[in-house]
Amino acid sequence: MSVSDFQPVIGLEVHAQLLTRSKIFCGCSTEFGAPPNAHTCAVCLGMPGVLPVLNQTVVEFAVRAGRALGCRINPVSVWSRKNYFYPDLPKGYQISQYDQPLCSHGALEIDGDDGAPRTIRILRIHLEEDAGKNVHDSGGGESLVDLNRSGVPLVEIVSEPDLRSSAEAVEYLKALRDVLVYLGVNDGNLEEGSFRCDANVSVMPKGASKFGQRVELKNINSFRFVQKAIDYEIGRQVELIESGGKVAQETRQFDSVRGETRSMRSKEEAHDYRYFPEPDLPPLRIPPGYVERIERELPELPRAKLQRFTGTYGLPAYDAKILVSDRALADFFEKVQSAYGGPAKKLANWFTGELLRLLKEESTGLGALKFSPDQFAALLKLVDAGELSNNAAKDVFAEMFRTGRAPKDIAQEKGLGQVQDSGAVEAAVGAVLAANPGEVEKYRAGKKQVLGFLVGQVMKAMKGKGNPALVNAALKAKLGE
Amino acid sequence: MELTELSMLELGKKLGSGEVSSVEAVRACLSRVERFDGKVKAFLRVDAEGALAQAEAADRRRKDGTRAGPLDGVPIALKDLFLTEGLPTTAGSRILESFVAPYDGTAVELLKAAGTPILGKLNMDEFAMGSSTENSAYFPTRNPWNLALSPGGSSGGSAAAVSARMAYGALGTDTGGSIRQPAALTGTVGLKPTYGRVSRFGVVAFASSLDQVGPMTRDVADCAALLQAIAVPDPRDSTSAPVKAPDYLAELEAGVRGMKLGLPREYFELDGMDPEVRAAVEAATKALEALGAELVPVSLPHTRYALATYYLVAPAEASSNLARYDGVRYGLRASEPKNLLSMYGRTRDQGFGLEVKRRIMLGTYALSAGYYDAYYLKAQKVRTLIKKDFEDAFRTVDAVLSPTSPTPAFRIGEKVSDPLAMYLSDVFTLPCNLAGLPGLSLPCGFTRASLPVGLQILGRPWDEARVLRIARAFEREHDFHRRTPPLEAA
Repeated sequence: MSVSDFQPVIGLEVHAQLLTRSKIFCGCSTEFGAPPNAHTCAVCLGMPGVLPVLNQTVVEFAVRAGRALGCRINPVSVWSRKNYFYPDLPKGYQISQYDQPLCSHGALEIDGDDGAPRTIRILRIHLEEDAGKNVHDSGGGESLVDLNRSGVPLVEIVSEPDLRSSAEAVEYLKALRDVLVYLGVNDGNLEEGSFRCDANVSVMPKGASKFGQRVELKNINSFRFVQKAIDYEIGRQVELIESGGKVAQETRQFDSVRGETRSMRSKEEAHDYRYFPEPDLPPLRIPPGYVERIERELPELPRAKLQRFTGTYGLPAYDAKILVSDRALADFFEKVQSAYGGPAKKLANWFTGELLRLLKEESTGLGALKFSPDQFAALLKLVDAGELSNNAAKDVFAEMFRTGRAPKDIAQEKGLGQVQDSGAVEAAVGAVLAANPGEVEKYRAGKKQVLGFLVGQVMKAMKGKGNPALVNAALKAKLGE
Repeated sequence: MELTELSMLELGKKLGSGEVSSVEAVRACLSRVERFDGKVKAFLRVDAEGALAQAEAADRRRKDGTRAGPLDGVPIALKDLFLTEGLPTTAGSRILESFVAPYDGTAVELLKAAGTPILGKLNMDEFAMGSSTENSAYFPTRNPWNLALSPGGSSGGSAAAVSARMAYGALGTDTGGSIRQPAALTGTVGLKPTYGRVSRFGVVAFASSLDQVGPMTRDVADCAALLQAIAVPDPRDSTSAPVKAPDYLAELEAGVRGMKLGLPREYFELDGMDPEVRAAVEAATKALEALGAELVPVSLPHTRYALATYYLVAPAEASSNLARYDGVRYGLRASEPKNLLSMYGRTRDQGFGLEVKRRIMLGTYALSAGYYDAYYLKAQKVRTLIKKDFEDAFRTVDAVLSPTSPTPAFRIGEKVSDPLAMYLSDVFTLPCNLAGLPGLSLPCGFTRASLPVGLQILGRPWDEARVLRIARAFEREHDFHRRTPPLEAA
């Protein structure tokens, strides 16, 4: 038997930071990148005598995520303490939810390995506070603690073991991230740790119904690493079973440098978190009508939007995916398209090409755009009307991007408007034919592909301003003489 | 009459009329502290400078006509469990020996707003775990009625300071009887309000679902006035109920005529109750009957499980609440630890006393995987039954009467090596915390050895006003609360 004789079974636990301005149980800022311990107070430092007070926006964001993922929102959920000692955990316990989470039984649809849609069930979503972080390389042999992140709100989203390959796992994570980012509840930033993932992986012989022993993988902080870590782990488990061994229940850590997983702690070393209901917080009660109100305010989700972009606009899946990957980009596309009214694919090319390239080059965002959807549409209309060549339009677009001026004005000022004057075109054609008698002969001898070269020469002579249709027609007419 | 013999409200009147100044009252207290606290050892720290400055401010307000209320200028003191900005707060523990709080708790803020100068911080059993104040990491406090005896605990310093007239009133905390039992053993009045009545914000936590802040005073009217000052809903405490407190003085004198007062069979049948305590409490119940109340036998059948339930719930919560004392951010850190684990282990070994360690271990055990259901979860279920006992009783009676403590004050050292005997000291007070009810202890007699006996009155949730009214009805007909401990002779 080999890896292909085994069926991997994967479940993911995602920790996503909620984009509230203040922490979950105190008023401190959640801003990333502040000097160590700048965003702390008595509450998130775990001083004696402090008590948690729930940030209501956290609940709203979590319910938004829960409903977008089709979860049941439990009218009563319970806060629990998860007890363990670590220097980045100021109270010696984390306030979390345990046996009665806020959301349960949802689902997320993804594209399976065969391209067909697959439904991945979500077991639960619960709320909890983040811990701080320990800093070990500060010199002097000391470890330091930064508690800026202590008390930052998180949702933990736990999938059922419904994923069957590392590729599906990545697909699920991307889809999940897109949903959360669309909802405005998470920034999807893996590097800053605001979207983190642990994976539970097991393998069983194909056709078996009983899952194998699962292993928990921790510390996977990029989509690439998710795939690598899971694939490594699948290989490791299969090899172990093949050689007559048994997979042990344990927690393993992914080492991204060596591309392998390493044992962190065995079942025997597993923590006993001594969960019990948090006596400092009453159960979380969701008032009647609350969920319905949030549902009404839910935006169109990425998958529905994708279907609409491929359906209504007839866009290829590739283009639609790029546009839909960012809610603001998709919204902007729809605005320009509505002003333009021409073929959506044409506009999509401008988006996936020029617009995204310039945004990237200038490291700016859609929010800072200087031009309006109408101006963008006007540019495309100039091209469609033959008043601007595609290349000239790119120059105009770049200028419009930088200055926000109207495309017509830019074209005029730069003299980029296409020469519609047939006299000027004919003059240029005459000059080019006179200068290239050999090519003319070849064409006349039947080598029709020479035409392209000649068109290029005419355009060059006209500094790119020749109307390609006019140039073509004039050349053919002269050559046919 | 000496200035320190006045009650809080009596002093408040004289402060209002300008007959005496707050500075004089503070000085009178400080002078008694100087004379007697070397023997009583109620204070962990006296803040003479701070108290005098607050007194001067109070006197200025009086002159400016901006007096904050009836307690403005009346000196009080705080159990060392209340966080006070700029003053050390130790919780009676070595682990917080050097800890200076960065903020005032809500009750302290409210008292400052009411204008009461704060004389200092009072001794207590470490982290409020104990019934004799012998578990203080610093020194035991002595009972002003007999210096060889304990004042009870854990708010023993508060009780002793009030009883010895070193402070006009004090704040304590009560998790299983820590206000009422020392009040009973020192001849003072102590009230544990309904759970959620007074904010716990800024009070070092012992067992969060049981802890409650309350007043300790010389008489019932002071108790009502001090409760009034601190019974304010607090958005910083999610377990503080958004219930506005009534005027506790308004119906204080309305008497008990027509009230039904329950006598729980299970409390009076307890083995090991001191006969003199029983006699004094029974006499007190008869006195209330004579005042027009009807005595009704009631049953609280789950009482016998209260002690076991309490010693699962309270240590479980404590084991978690005390995890933050890890040497990382504040308080004691053991020197030269070999690694993280040894830093934790040695810090907590050196910083915590025996009883605290015992309870952390009990609580950790009760919450452990495989034991949670049998211990913690079961205890919570029994807790619900105990609560229901009271709900049933309160359908027929307006309040429940019992002894506060099965014995009068005991000798220092007598029970400290026998934790179970010590735990039994709270057998009458624990159920009230488990059920979240208001409970008050007031002096209702003295033994032949001149030791005070306390009567406990338990009320319906949020019904402190009636509890105070019953207490006042008894107090008006008796002078137990006016007796002063014989410190001059000691």
